[in-house]
Amino acid sequence: MISKECYHCGADCGKKPIIFDEKNFCCNGCKTVYEILNANELTCYYDLQSSPGTIPKEIKGKFNYLENQDIIEKLLEFNDGTISVVEFYIPSIHCSSCIWVLENLSKLNKGVITSMVNFPNKTLRITFKNDLSQLKDLAELITSIGYEPYISLEDDNKKLHKVDKTLIYQVSIAAFAFGNIMLLSFPEYFEVDEFWLEKYKYLFRWLMFVMVIPVVFYSGKGYFISAYKGLKHKILNIDVPIALGISVLFIRSTVEIVLDIGTGFFDSLAGLIFFLLLGKFFQQKTYNFLSFERDYKSYFPIAVTKIVNGVEKNIPVNDIKKGDRLLIRNEELIPVDGILINGNAAINYSFVTGESVPTVKQSGDKLFAGGKQTQGAIEMEVINTISQSYLTQLWSNDVFNKPVDFTIKNLTDTISKYFTIAILSIAFIAGIVWYFINPSMAFNVVTAVLIIACPCALALSAPFAIGNMLRIFGYKKFYLKNAETLEKISKITTIIFDKTGTITTSHKTQIKYVGTDLTKDELKIIKTVLRASNHPLSRSLYEFIKKKPFSEKLTTFEEVLGKGINASLNNVTVQLGSANFIGVNSNILNETAIYVKINNEVKGNFIFQNSYREGLKEVFETLKDNYKLVILSGDNEGEKAFLEDFLPKNTQFQFNQKPEDKLNFIKKLQQNGEKVLMVGDGLNDAGALAQSDVGIAISEDVNVFSPACDAILDAKLFNKFPKFLILSNKTMKIIKTSFVISLLYNLIGMYFALTGQLTPVVAAILMPLSSISIVVFVTILTNWVSRKNVI
Amino acid sequence: MEVVYITIGVSIVVAIFFFIIFIRSVKSGQYEDTYTPSVRMLFDDELVTKNDKDKIEVEENKSELTK
Repeated sequence: MISKECYHCGADCGKKPIIFDEKNFCCNGCKTVYEILNANELTCYYDLQSSPGTIPKEIKGKFNYLENQDIIEKLLEFNDGTISVVEFYIPSIHCSSCIWVLENLSKLNKGVITSMVNFPNKTLRITFKNDLSQLKDLAELITSIGYEPYISLEDDNKKLHKVDKTLIYQVSIAAFAFGNIMLLSFPEYFEVDEFWLEKYKYLFRWLMFVMVIPVVFYSGKGYFISAYKGLKHKILNIDVPIALGISVLFIRSTVEIVLDIGTGFFDSLAGLIFFLLLGKFFQQKTYNFLSFERDYKSYFPIAVTKIVNGVEKNIPVNDIKKGDRLLIRNEELIPVDGILINGNAAINYSFVTGESVPTVKQSGDKLFAGGKQTQGAIEMEVINTISQSYLTQLWSNDVFNKPVDFTIKNLTDTISKYFTIAILSIAFIAGIVWYFINPSMAFNVVTAVLIIACPCALALSAPFAIGNMLRIFGYKKFYLKNAETLEKISKITTIIFDKTGTITTSHKTQIKYVGTDLTKDELKIIKTVLRASNHPLSRSLYEFIKKKPFSEKLTTFEEVLGKGINASLNNVTVQLGSANFIGVNSNILNETAIYVKINNEVKGNFIFQNSYREGLKEVFETLKDNYKLVILSGDNEGEKAFLEDFLPKNTQFQFNQKPEDKLNFIKKLQQNGEKVLMVGDGLNDAGALAQSDVGIAISEDVNVFSPACDAILDAKLFNKFPKFLILSNKTMKIIKTSFVISLLYNLIGMYFALTGQLTPVVAAILMPLSSISIVVFVTILTNWVSRKNVI
Repeated sequence: MEVVYITIGVSIVVAIFFFIIFIRSVKSGQYEDTYTPSVRMLFDDELVTKNDKDKIEVEENKSELTK
């Protein structure tokens, strides 16, 4: 039988597709979306792209909190009483059909005036009439067609986010002035004694002067500020010689035109600032759809349902008090620590630990914040408020409040220290020498040295090399937060890996059977029993057993919550469940297992194991020669023996590490002078990621989840991880080479300067030439290197 | 040759005019999302053809009825 694809989402429909309107659907959810769209003449959705949809999530009651006036106030961007504007972040936006259907929301809801999608940011901005639509209706509507908005605690202060466009203005002003000044300065370069030029050159010069003022004082102000800050911290960063060069260029040019000595270097000045800013602009690669600053707030819901005397009430998470009774629905996140009161709890802690097999809890058990309920609704009693919960406490650690360290020394700044001292001494000596040869030339030579030494090419090589590499990495799905990260990667000495979710995958759980072999019929019976159970482990096991279940109905079936199943089929009794339930002594420590008992005879157990990521061994083998490797895990030592055998001999292992322990472990290493790179995935690694020199988050879905970090690596590319490290190191080598070249340019320029021959024409040729050739050099080389190390 | 004052003046005014327009378009957020509009511009046509198709169908149904 040919399996059919769902008309809506493209998933395999299995053996029994739901047929509606002569189309196959994999589930009722997809069919419903089709019905909604069909009824509103929006089926064009399916013409733009085949099977564009996503399976809608269950929403009953989920958005009730959007009725709370306080929360509405916080989420709305604008509200004048009749019209409101709201922006939703919708991770499932992925194709042109999505844009189309979301922008036609007004056909589905009368209150919607306009809806606009920002595809790169995956946001939807809806303008709606308050009297016709409620925020809750809109959220439910878009969820019902498969676009669930992601509303988190972080959205509270959404209004504060503003894009800083200063750099764009600065670049465009510099570009504008550079172009015009170049045109105005051309005449004097070529026809020095021409009659009309003699007459107009004053006009040209003063026009250039006027245009260069905003360039120096607005576009170039960043260099002065940075140089000043650097000097205050007693650091000679690269901006010091740049600021010096800019000031000297400006002062000397102004003096020249005021005293009618010459035409000045205004074109070189504007060009210099333009190129420098361009480098800054190029390096500033941002991934709009990613966030590197997320903490628990990004994942926690904005509101929860509180039960007061049997009545459900929505309250903001921050208002949760000790002793409150909360209702957690299916697929909702537990925001605080608490005790399970009633309900069927199967908590998925993958956000926290990376472990995706749900943990089953019984009433009276403690629940920790950060877990996600995966079946049905539960009630819990709060024992800690949000800021005091086990997980969220981590964020009160100093690492998260550490101000951004200004004194980070990058490669360019290290060199610029010597560079600045060198040019200052050259200028000084040249000044003295020329004073004795020809005093009238001394001023000229000193300023010329400072002008030509202005390290434009030097300052450009790193931004362009790193900027280009960031782009190449991003294209390959390794997203770096900023340029410094790439430099820091090249200094790493120790690499630490988290275990669950990082070196194991959370997708594929391996199931292994241990015990006496089961016959075909026994497997069939087990599968028949599992079919009746809704427990997450039952469902995984059901998928695992490939035999067909019997079509007969079970004679008896009893599910003991959190323990197991008693069932029988035609005189055969089957018991499935935990070791306790079956009545055997468990010798398995760390793994989840289902024991099997058929006709009162213990047969064996199914063990649920996380499978390790592909290429794990190769990754460790490649890295072991250059780095110290450590596995830092929150789990117990269950898999230690296996890992020790599997991974290179010198790998260090640390088990039973609490989130704070991980952080302190890294701190200790750093105190011993190690530069630490941490690879982690869950919120429990957040402290370690923040403390390490470079924190890399492994993420199965980069749009949805990753703790605060310096870089995000798509989980599928884990085996390429060493290659990224190699490429980072190569990039630094390229930068060093280009430094040598740009210093050669400076030497050539120095010859003109010291011999007193630096005319504006020479500067106007030499400066752009050196800058552009360096940019071309590093761009070609980085592209070539990354192609050679095919990633 | 006094005309040079005018030509240069005019050219600079024009240049500044366009520059201001550019800055304003940046400010209004025109360059923040450069992808979605490229897709969006293709949609209006789709909608129209769809409506046309419907109309034709409706008309066909009508004509069938009247027959």
